[in-house]
Formats: sequence, C-alpha cells, structure tokens
Amino acid sequence: MTHNTFEPTIIGFTCNWCSYRAADLAGTARMKYAPNVRLIRMMCSGRLDPTFVLRALSEGADGVMITGCHPGECHYIEQNYKALRRYLLLKRVLKGMGIEPERVKLVWASAAEGAKFAAETTAFVEEIRKLGPLSWGKDEGGGMKDEIKNGDSSLTIHAERSSFEKEVAA
Amino acid sequence: MKPKFAMYWAASCGGCEIAVLNTHEKILDVDANFDVVFWPVAMDAKYKDVEAMEDGSILLTLFNGSIRNDENEHIAKLLRQKSKILVAFGSCACEGCIPGLANLSPVGDIVHTAFNTLTTDNPHQIYPRTSFDVPEGELHIPKLEKVLRPLDHVVDVDYYMPGCPPESHQIAAVIDLVIKVVKGEAELPPKGATIGVGNSTVCDECPRARNVKTIREFKRIQDIAPVDPNLCLLEQGIPCNGPATCSGCNARCPNAGAQCIGCYGPAQGVMDYGARLITAFSSVIDATEPQEIERILDGIPDPIGQVYRFNLAGSLLKANRNAFKS
Repeated sequence: MTHNTFEPTIIGFTCNWCSYRAADLAGTARMKYAPNVRLIRMMCSGRLDPTFVLRALSEGADGVMITGCHPGECHYIEQNYKALRRYLLLKRVLKGMGIEPERVKLVWASAAEGAKFAAETTAFVEEIRKLGPLSWGKDEGGGMKDEIKNGDSSLTIHAERSSFEKEVAA
Repeated sequence: MKPKFAMYWAASCGGCEIAVLNTHEKILDVDANFDVVFWPVAMDAKYKDVEAMEDGSILLTLFNGSIRNDENEHIAKLLRQKSKILVAFGSCACEGCIPGLANLSPVGDIVHTAFNTLTTDNPHQIYPRTSFDVPEGELHIPKLEKVLRPLDHVVDVDYYMPGCPPESHQIAAVIDLVIKVVKGEAELPPKGATIGVGNSTVCDECPRARNVKTIREFKRIQDIAPVDPNLCLLEQGIPCNGPATCSGCNARCPNAGAQCIGCYGPAQGVMDYGARLITAFSSVIDATEPQEIERILDGIPDPIGQVYRFNLAGSLLKANRNAFKS
C-alpha cells in the first residue's frame, strides 16, 4: 500500500448459516477477492443491531457489508426480513448524517454461493474506493481530535473494542 | 460551615432551572443545607469569583446545558476543577438535546440563518465578530464551535441526570439523597451512574395495552382520529420513542395522549439511542418486500428528527459530516 492509494476498510457482518459459509467456501475454493473486508460472524443477520454499523463507521470503517440468507430461507424463519427493514431505515438515517447510503450494503448469499460472495465483496470494495475515505470525525473536526487526545472515556475505543467484539459474537 | 452548591447553564433554554424551582418547598432544603455560591440565573456572581475559589471547594455542581462555544467550555473546565461532584444535569448536558440538532448544519449556515433570512432585517449585512474595538478597549464575545458537545466530551462527569427537563420529583429525590450523604446517612451511587431515573424503558411505565405489533403505516398523531386512549401508540402506527427511552418520567406523554419523544435519553444498556429506535421501528413493520417497506418508512418523513431529537450530539456519529467540515 503506497501513500497515495486509498485502501478501504470494510467491516462485514456475516450470518453463521449462509454467508459466513459462503465466505468459507470462497476460501477453500481458492477464489480471489479483495482483502479489505474484516468479517464478523453473527448467528443471524437479524442479530445485526444498527449500533454495530454506526460504531464501525464512527471508528474508522469506510463501508459496512451486511450479509444474510436469501429471503424466505432464514435459519430463524424470518429474521433476515428484520435485517432488511433495519437496513432500509438505517440508510435513511445515514443520509441525514451526510454519509453516502451506499457505504452500507446488504447482500444475500447462501452457503453455496462462494463465488457470489467473492464477487459482491470485490464490487463493494471498488464502490467504496470510488467514494473515498470516510474518516469519520478524524480529519474533519478540530474539536473531535481534541477529544481523542484528551482520552475521553467515551472515545477510548480500543480498550472497549474487545468487549464489543465479544458482544457481537454472543 | 455548610457545603457549597453551584448551578450553571451553558447552551440550554433555562427549563432545567425552572424544573429545580418546581421542586417547590424542597428548594428551601437546598438553601438550609447548602451555601449557594454560584448560580447565574438566581443570583449575581462573577466568573472571577469562581476562579478565586479553592479547587474542589464546591461540593455539588449541577451543570445544565451543552458546550456550544468557548465560554461554555471554559466554565465547564473551571467548574470541574472547583467541584467535588459534577452532575451533567438535564438532556443538554447529558446528550446535547434540542440544541444538538444544530449539529446537522455547518456553523456558518446557522449564523447565516440567524442573521440573514426572511425573519431578520439585516440590510447592512452585520454579522457578529468574536472581537471588536471600541474606544474603551477590545470587546469579546464567545466563539461558536463547529459542533455542539455534551458535557462529558469536554470534562470528566461524575453523574448524569437526564430529562428535558428532569422531572421535579426526581430532582427532589436526588436533593434528598445528597443531603443524606452530607449528613453521613447515605452513600453516593458509583461514579458515572445515571441518577434520577428508572431502570427500564418508558414502555414499562406506560399503562397502555400492548399486543403483537404489525404496522402497515406510520402516521403522525394529528392525522389519526380518534387515537385509542388505551392502546399502545406504536401499535396504532404512531412512531413512539418509548422502547428506547429511559424510564423515570412516569410515561407522562403517553399518559397525556401524546407519543414519547425521548427526552429522558437512552435506556440503560443502549449505546446509541437512534440505533435502538431503528431496531424497534423496523421490527414492528409488517412487510417483507423492499418497495412496501420503503412506502411504510415514508411515514417517518424526518428520520433524524425522529430517532435523534434529543440525542444527536451524544450519538455515535455526533454530527452531520458537513458540520465537522465547516
């Protein structure tokens, strides 16, 4: 990575029953896709609290990918529809905050769709690359920088991060 | 000698002060047990008087209002230094409240709206400056910051007391507690605690009947006639913020026939108020097709105002991107 090349940081939330296995399949089949995505496995896309997305974006992610089972195929019957509805409302909120709604993407991928998962990931990374870095609250706000320097408890993110990840995994 | 008490208002409306006075005769207990050393809305005092006090000499400071300009920040830091217990008092100090909605706009736009729109006659285009020379010397007015911040983004806060304003019965209970602590009859809650609240959501205090919710349409309360007085408002399609909002107000608004707008801030365990509401509203929508879901969501015409009315500055994102850039 050279100084002038922007490599997007993507957080991907995957469903244990489908898209996580799709990613697994993509890996075992030696398919190539952009390495920018950090996957976090959840039991279901319905577990996705929009807080996770907001926190990812506010702490350095340039985009968030949410993946789940195809409509009608949810392991927990209909939770992926909840994910869909949250996603649609969340995009409206992000727009109001000046964040391109395209920075959050919802993808349906079954456990057999390794190729689709790989292709969608690569396409998303390219989309985010075009949008540029988000750098939320880091490059843009003088006051925000001060806060981070002062070690404000609400912003000491790294110490809290491990517990956050545990929470997501639970 | 009586312990010292201070109360300050930064970027706020003054409603918190009125809520304190609304404790009626309880205010006399404050006077009987405390020496009020600084309270700009109630008594004359100068900042230099506070600056001259010993560090940590004020036992209890109730700080209401958020940090909008450099004067607010200066006094917040000053009072932190002089106070043993600093309470973020009211929604503005806790999470930004209504003034925090200004974080949706660049500060230049805010000033422009105030000084140069249809409601303001400003033919000479006079805008405020932070300093100005007059024959008597140089005058200063506080400088607006890019974004408004809650108190704990600027200084360390001991306790949080939410509400817009905090309910008077909750203030009275907190005053009673502090007096007991002073007399050695009670102990303070752990640092960082939210005080003067219930430990659940507004829904738990709301007497309206709740069933399984299936929303086919969101509507404004004034567009529904008649509103069922006994049924959950969210169930009737009115976006009610109760599910995400901390209890403590005795569900005043739903009791009075209006939806909860969230002035008591996030309930315990809620990291981002708006995210919790997104979850709550999305869960009750009865649709699976994207187009149909979008149609139903159109019933919430101002999503930010709906889910972050009191909480924007205290949310994870804090402000619109354009406000940071300004």
